[in-house]
Amino acid sequence: MFATFTAADLEALRALIPGRVFDGKAINEDYFHDELGTAFGVPDALVRVLSTTEVSQVMKYAFGHNLPVVVRGSGTGLVGGSVAVCGGIMLDTSLMKKVLELDEDNLTVTVQSGMLLMELAEYCNNHGYQYCPDPGEKSATIGGNISTNAGGMRAMKYGVTRDAVRSITVVLPDGDVQTFGSKVVKNSSGYDLKDLIIGSEGTLGIVTEAVLKIIPKPEYSVSILVPFSTMNDAISAVPRIIRAQVTPVATEYMSQDVILFAEEYLGRKFPTHASEAYLLLSFDGNTAEAVRHDMEAIADLCLENGALDVFLIDTEERSASVWSARGAFLEAIKSSTDQMDECDVVVPRSRVAEFIMYTHTVASEVGLRIPSFGHAGDGNLHIYLCRDGLADSEWERRKSLAFSKMYDTARTMGGQVSGEHGIGLDKKSYLRSALGERQIELMRGIKAVFDPKGILNPGKVI
Amino acid sequence: MNILVCVKQVPGSNNVKVDEETGLLVRPKTGNKLNPYDLYALETALSLKERFGGTVKVITMGPPQARSALEECIWMGCDEGILLTDRAFGGADVLATSYTISQGIACCGDWDLILCGKQTTDGDTAQVGAETAEHLGIPHLSNVVSVIDADDFGVTVRANQEKVVVTERIQLPCLLCMESEVNTPRLPSYRRKKAMGADCIRSLGLSDLKDTDPGRYGLKGSPTKVSKVFPPEKSSGRTLVNGTADELADGILELLARRKFIREGSWDS
Repeated sequence: MFATFTAADLEALRALIPGRVFDGKAINEDYFHDELGTAFGVPDALVRVLSTTEVSQVMKYAFGHNLPVVVRGSGTGLVGGSVAVCGGIMLDTSLMKKVLELDEDNLTVTVQSGMLLMELAEYCNNHGYQYCPDPGEKSATIGGNISTNAGGMRAMKYGVTRDAVRSITVVLPDGDVQTFGSKVVKNSSGYDLKDLIIGSEGTLGIVTEAVLKIIPKPEYSVSILVPFSTMNDAISAVPRIIRAQVTPVATEYMSQDVILFAEEYLGRKFPTHASEAYLLLSFDGNTAEAVRHDMEAIADLCLENGALDVFLIDTEERSASVWSARGAFLEAIKSSTDQMDECDVVVPRSRVAEFIMYTHTVASEVGLRIPSFGHAGDGNLHIYLCRDGLADSEWERRKSLAFSKMYDTARTMGGQVSGEHGIGLDKKSYLRSALGERQIELMRGIKAVFDPKGILNPGKVI
Repeated sequence: MNILVCVKQVPGSNNVKVDEETGLLVRPKTGNKLNPYDLYALETALSLKERFGGTVKVITMGPPQARSALEECIWMGCDEGILLTDRAFGGADVLATSYTISQGIACCGDWDLILCGKQTTDGDTAQVGAETAEHLGIPHLSNVVSVIDADDFGVTVRANQEKVVVTERIQLPCLLCMESEVNTPRLPSYRRKKAMGADCIRSLGLSDLKDTDPGRYGLKGSPTKVSKVFPPEKSSGRTLVNGTADELADGILELLARRKFIREGSWDS
């Protein structure tokens, strides 16, 4: 297995990265867990790196001394992916925030992997561009987004992180630095190692820089909030929206109970909460007429399919009052209970309504409160199991039962275990059940080629 | 209770730029929108209508395209809009604007209560509401955070004054300027937009008003002379408190009290 981390290792790391290596009580407890806190692990050393060269130096040392290494950005993960469950070295990339290049001829921006999503969005906006993926957690790093292939709310029109990454600079477990992909738009040049690294959750290599695709910022955008009498009515309208000749940027669903949690958490009323279920859709484009045309086409479609009304969100203030609440749903549900766990299953879009109804059945059968919200437009649901004061053993029993039921049913519907949060530590058993031993063996083979000593993020994904 | 809400159409972006050479507003590409501060007055009016019945009319002064601001108010739930539009009204300062609105209000039939926003995002004077009430000769109060109760004779309101929050009973008819962020304004309804009739909005010009003296309106009725227009200095809004732990605690308490997050003296144990 791995070598024991010693005082000599600490001194060696301090010589490599002077002033930014910490141990013992100098490591803040926040580094022992991620956002959800289901996994726990204490690293022997925390190294706050600034560059690809520093990451390479640390990896060369770790490889030579057989020490485990876990990479961490902002620690906003939800499946224990960035927790040092085997101890060893934690590489914190959150100081790597530089924009390295804005290439307006190729429409790319090159950044270090520790840049926050909100910082990247602001930078692009200030220069008249848009980085398209829009995960809800704006304080996540772009490196973290790449590691889980984060999706977000614009996936329906613009795709997920993998669709927006042209190239990545990767430090391999032995410290070698490679660039996968380039600024090119098309690429049929052998196995796509870039796409293999994206979504590998820090188990194959460490992404230190990324060349990201950007687009000129759409001049106009408008959203609509559509109330329905029931969740079934709301979600049943989605396949008709998908079939329409208009592609919304986002199609989110939300239930009344989650809106009420958000109101309590934010201390601010949502513009409406009178209906049981809502769809939130957004549209963008370069002329006001085109955007209005798209919006009205879908608004009419919603009214023809059972919507009680369609509310217009057409100014900065209205947009902020709705979308900021949407962005706080995870934290709002978290604050409504003492502990929670999550399932970000993705199912074919035609099965979303059926699956959400099934979560209500599971909630009743298992005896757990299971609120949810998510991306109806791409089939990715965020389902939360709330502990609500249950004793340890009962919580674990009910949670395990609920997860098994939901993942089994998702599989029979043609779904996948995770739409964007990843597998990490928490979802490994469900991934194995879903994919089968042969596919897991293929993944292990890939892992062995990249990381023969298994030092990179050990115990995760497979 | 019959309520009138005064609104204004403003540039679509809050980041209004001023051409330093000409002193004119640089209109953003995003078009125009309803003044965000007016939304709190509209929401208050529509909530009062739900509680006490009656009607909510909305009035604005502006060029013909300001009609779209009134339409938006109808989509939010207002019953009728009145557009004061005439070339003679152009170039008005706060005095001429408030006089024009007061003359328009006189053409609006029976009303009990007038609600205004705190200010606008383009002019920022926060004077038109109070001046309108003076022209009408009715009581008025600014910085109102809520209307607690109402009957046929008056309203009980809470208002955020400089150092205290006051509760006042005001006889009707009166005019209230609503503080910002006191409620969450409802969103415009697409269903109401589709159902809106063409007669929901009527236009009034100078000849429709009781006082038709052109010297009271527009540029001619405006004693204000603008020597320079410039954007306000941007502030990050950060306050730094230095000192010992006790001094820091006192400093934070003082800040919280000044912003009225806590009541002065309420922390004494």
